[in-house]
Amino acid sequence: MTAALAARLTGVRLCYGDTVALDDISLDIPAGGMVGLIGPDGVGKSTLFSLVAGARAIQQGRVEVLGGDMADPRHRQATCPRIAYMPQGLGKNLYPTLSIDENLAFFGRLFGQDAAERERRIAELTESTGLAPFRSRPAGKLSGGMKQKLGLCCALIHDPDFLLLDEPTTGVDPLSRAQFWDLIDRIRAERPQMSVLVATAYMEEASRFDWLVAMDAGRILATGTPTDLYARTGTHDLERAFIALLPEARRRGHQPVVIPPRSTEAAEVAIEARGLTKRFGDFTAVDQVDFRIERGEIFGFLGSNGCGKSTTMKMLTGLLDADAGEAWLFGRPLGHNDIATRQRVGYMSQAFSLYSELTVRQNLDLHARLFHVPDAEVDGRVAEVATRFGLDAIIDMLPDALALGQRQRLSLAVAMIHKPEMLILDEPTSGVDPIARDQFWQIMADLSRNDRVTIFISTHFMNEAERCDRISLMHAGRVLVSDTPAAIAAARGSASLEAAFIGYLREAAGADSEAAPPPPVAAPQPSAAGNGAGTSRFSLRRMMSYVRREALELRRDPIRATLALVGSVLLLFIMGYGISLDVEHLPFAVLDRDGTALSQNYALNLSGSRYFVERPPITDYAQLDHRMRDGDVTVAVEIPPGFAQRIEHGIPVQVGVWIDGAMPQRGETAQGYIQSLHAQWLAETALRKLGQRPAAGLVDIELRYRYNPDVRSLVAIAPAVIPVLLLLFPAMLTALSVVREKELGSIINFYVTPVGRLEFLLGKQLPYVGLAMLNYALMVGVAVTIFRVPLTGNLLALTLAALLYALSATAIGLLFSIFMRSQIAAIFATAIGTILPATQFSGLINPVSSLVGAGAAIGHVFPTTYFVTICRGVFSKGLGFADLTQDLLALAAAVPVLLGLCVVLLKKQER
Amino acid sequence: MRHLANIYRLGIKELRSLVRDPMMLVLILYAFSLGIWVAATGLPETLYRAPIAIVDEDQSQLSNRIASAFYPPHFTPPAMVGLDAVDHGMDIGRYTFALDLPPDFERDLLAGRRPTVQLNIDATSMTQAFTGGGYIQQIVQAEAQEFMTGTRATPPPPVDLALRVRFNPTLARSWFGAVMEVINNVTMLSIILTGAALIREREHGTVEHLLVMPVTPFEIMASKVWSMGTVVLVACAFSLTVMVQGVLQMPIQGSIVLFLAGAGLHLFATTSMGIFMGTIARSMPQFGLLMMLVLLPLELLSGGLTPRESMPELVQTLMLIAPTTHFVRMAQAILYRGAGLDVVWPQFLAIIAIGSLFFAIALTRFRSTIGAMA
Repeated sequence: MTAALAARLTGVRLCYGDTVALDDISLDIPAGGMVGLIGPDGVGKSTLFSLVAGARAIQQGRVEVLGGDMADPRHRQATCPRIAYMPQGLGKNLYPTLSIDENLAFFGRLFGQDAAERERRIAELTESTGLAPFRSRPAGKLSGGMKQKLGLCCALIHDPDFLLLDEPTTGVDPLSRAQFWDLIDRIRAERPQMSVLVATAYMEEASRFDWLVAMDAGRILATGTPTDLYARTGTHDLERAFIALLPEARRRGHQPVVIPPRSTEAAEVAIEARGLTKRFGDFTAVDQVDFRIERGEIFGFLGSNGCGKSTTMKMLTGLLDADAGEAWLFGRPLGHNDIATRQRVGYMSQAFSLYSELTVRQNLDLHARLFHVPDAEVDGRVAEVATRFGLDAIIDMLPDALALGQRQRLSLAVAMIHKPEMLILDEPTSGVDPIARDQFWQIMADLSRNDRVTIFISTHFMNEAERCDRISLMHAGRVLVSDTPAAIAAARGSASLEAAFIGYLREAAGADSEAAPPPPVAAPQPSAAGNGAGTSRFSLRRMMSYVRREALELRRDPIRATLALVGSVLLLFIMGYGISLDVEHLPFAVLDRDGTALSQNYALNLSGSRYFVERPPITDYAQLDHRMRDGDVTVAVEIPPGFAQRIEHGIPVQVGVWIDGAMPQRGETAQGYIQSLHAQWLAETALRKLGQRPAAGLVDIELRYRYNPDVRSLVAIAPAVIPVLLLLFPAMLTALSVVREKELGSIINFYVTPVGRLEFLLGKQLPYVGLAMLNYALMVGVAVTIFRVPLTGNLLALTLAALLYALSATAIGLLFSIFMRSQIAAIFATAIGTILPATQFSGLINPVSSLVGAGAAIGHVFPTTYFVTICRGVFSKGLGFADLTQDLLALAAAVPVLLGLCVVLLKKQER
Repeated sequence: MRHLANIYRLGIKELRSLVRDPMMLVLILYAFSLGIWVAATGLPETLYRAPIAIVDEDQSQLSNRIASAFYPPHFTPPAMVGLDAVDHGMDIGRYTFALDLPPDFERDLLAGRRPTVQLNIDATSMTQAFTGGGYIQQIVQAEAQEFMTGTRATPPPPVDLALRVRFNPTLARSWFGAVMEVINNVTMLSIILTGAALIREREHGTVEHLLVMPVTPFEIMASKVWSMGTVVLVACAFSLTVMVQGVLQMPIQGSIVLFLAGAGLHLFATTSMGIFMGTIARSMPQFGLLMMLVLLPLELLSGGLTPRESMPELVQTLMLIAPTTHFVRMAQAILYRGAGLDVVWPQFLAIIAIGSLFFAIALTRFRSTIGAMA
């Protein structure tokens, strides 16, 4: 084992906050072999994997993989095409809306494969994993086991030299698991130089590996071949050896599971199903399923992945409505909103579905209270289940920081916290280590036998199936057989339940599809592209791989594209017609204390203009005050008593006018209107009374309103609204792109594949730039044809500017996306980061030159400012390239600055 | 009792989730503190630094006087340019105004011939076009008057106009901008928090868990409404007292408590909108776009940015169903004009009615879709 090393870890230590995940690990992983990593949940196995794969940044110590230091980005870049990493969790690094083919092609392109090579490899891999018939099915619609196979195919597509598989068979049915390992064996036979590192919770799998590493609490317990470990512990199987290796404290309390026989007296029926059927489209997931489960019985549900087990369970919990058939829980027919029944049932779903924002304790506490455990008992109950399921040490941690097995235990604890009479558990022990699994079964045995709790459980572990009172075998939506485990094995004439099970499945599967055993993997052709492309600095193909994927996701989600396109046009209408800067129809009212023809004439002068609309007259000061406070009138006019008489006699008289200053812009305009209308009235009165017109100033001032002679709001507004909308929508589209991958887990592909930061960013950006340009074309079209805004300048210049601007807008969205940790924060940040600057500080309403303070600073650097100028220039002022050079340059400069910022801030490794 | 307990528990859960996202907390804090400051101080007071160019073809004492009458803060120092530079300068947006003083301007004036000056106004920048145009005319007339008579004062007209601006005598825009930004943030944040929280539950599969527990859709929805509403209300109160009154030293006329009561009712409507949008959008990206689509019209057409009465009749009528219309009117009445409940009760009633309607619609929709969310 001293020959070649796949990886060498020296003094590696890693902490998450205060929690030590890896504690001074030194380990040599031999090359060319199958190395297994075994250990209880949450001892740092996955952390070790992510370090070796280069997905996580090293904190302390040294990690060498394939002969180089993983702390060195150049080495990581050079070796990542030779490493394949399949992370833990069902299909975590896959793209759910993309089909099997598209997922595989995406990875193929990332590793620089051309179309022919990709097709050949995809065909081979899907053929040999049995995925071939489903190549066009979206990954999100695959069963757990199929997702795992697809994940493996994605990892294998580039002929890696070092394959890292983190619990690849968790949640996979026995038949698929056997196929999975066959596949690995065949690939290894073809490529003997390939090293494989596997973490697994299945000890019988691990016992077949060449070399094992046993871990606990962030440390290495032992290394060696399985035989070495047996010898060291004096045991004969790995499960016992592993338990013997654990420190005393961990082992304490572990004893073999003993399930007392069930009392034979007949009990009432707890669950009954008759002819239960569920269809999704034309696919029948559950087909005429019948079963009866008695109170206190442990009923096991076995079957291949995707055979309808989870669907059946969901129908029983009321999550799905059955299309046909009936079911009763405790003798009551299933009701969708039956709160009382829910109180009596504990359910655990296959995928982790608890709150990852709450700590373990908070999750337990919340569920205890929602199930109305009496207040006084809550703390005691939480403490009790925490101890029972080994959650004490992690009680204040967040689920995201926990290992898969620990999360499963938390889910179990939650399902049981209210002491339900019935437990419906969907693969509760997948990914849970052997000791915890035994403890869990002991608890179930106690519940069933002592408290007569009915347990309906699905599992892929045969030793667990053997512990059930009765089991049902399902395949393709139908129940194949239902009996006690012993009877099933006996009826089949098999030595073990597993053999019987595989026999049934092969028979059933053979009947409907599979004919020949999968063909051998074709000899790998040395591919130039496969390993060479990883080192080039910027690869168009890798970028296009992301472009294509992002575009596909966009196409699969037509609502999003439609919202962006229709939304912007709709808003253009709303803003174009709705925002009016012409201050008109100002409501005013008169407090006429004179009541003469002349005073009425004064009021008429106001109401006759298009600026003012008269409201019912004011009767006294109190009403004046009330109506102004209410906003009923913006202008109040008081005409004093004796108004007409005083004018008659040439005695100076004063008209009082109050203007509502709450909206300054409106107040200011109203002030101007009143002044000029007053002057106009004076002039007309003078003309009528005295026959002469007073001179209005000494100079004639001729006003020329340019570009927009009618001073139409629409003409002024539309060209300025287009830039605003062309920022908001594209920015919002890209704002979620990176953070979404972070939140949903597929960001790992960026960490461990050769794709560079700029390739990744541009790949995410370009599809949305395309969408934005379509948006731009639509909006300009609407402005010209429907709003009749004349387009007087150079359209080409405008289009070039729009392209540069769209690049900036999408880069702004990306910047927010990189910065934020959650999608909600990204949406909020984008909204506050774009709406205010775009509507207030970019010249839409107030020219940028007249802004002050922070507004002026924002206005000068914000790209919208420049695009507003260009848009107005080209639309209204007939400008072309020559006049707009400066603004175009400013826009062009924004793109590299924004993208550069993104590249600097984007991390190529998790920290 | 069970209802209330569940609503309370689930609401606490929402608050805990929010606390787990420190970036979100920072953003909320920013939006209600620094963001308010930026919005308040960024906008100019009345006419500010309007760019003007003067073509002085007269080169007389009077034309010099006129040119020197334009100075900051209302105007930028005027650019003295030739006639040929005017078009280009206005084309590229360098000048909003260009004043052309013709040859023999002074001589004509002295001779009593009422000379004509030309004022070019860039009508695409509409806010400055009107006010600035008025200012410039006044300045030119006053300078001519003073040049001729040695005094700017004109004889008092027979009927004097006593103009008083109420509530905001100096027509300070910063004051207006700050409060409107608080109001806009209230609406935006409440929609985002509830809607996105619902989508997150769906994307993380936690809705499934809620559905198998003895809680009703009403409880789930009510818990999100109260918890997120409280967050926004607290942020809003902080913003008004600490930022607007404290840091920005702006007067608030009416009762903040009354305003917060109204804001609470408003939040009932907007959080319901958030839930409703959360049931329509299938994913967070869809929600983000939908939110933009709903939020912008709410902000622009509720009377907060431009006065309602200037909008087309149809828009005014349609916007009556939006809670923001009534909220903005109520907020302006209370905060700017010191109105009491005796004045704003119709808005309170409208907001309650709209809020109840929206809550009922959102709940119906939530009930019918929640089953499909898991």
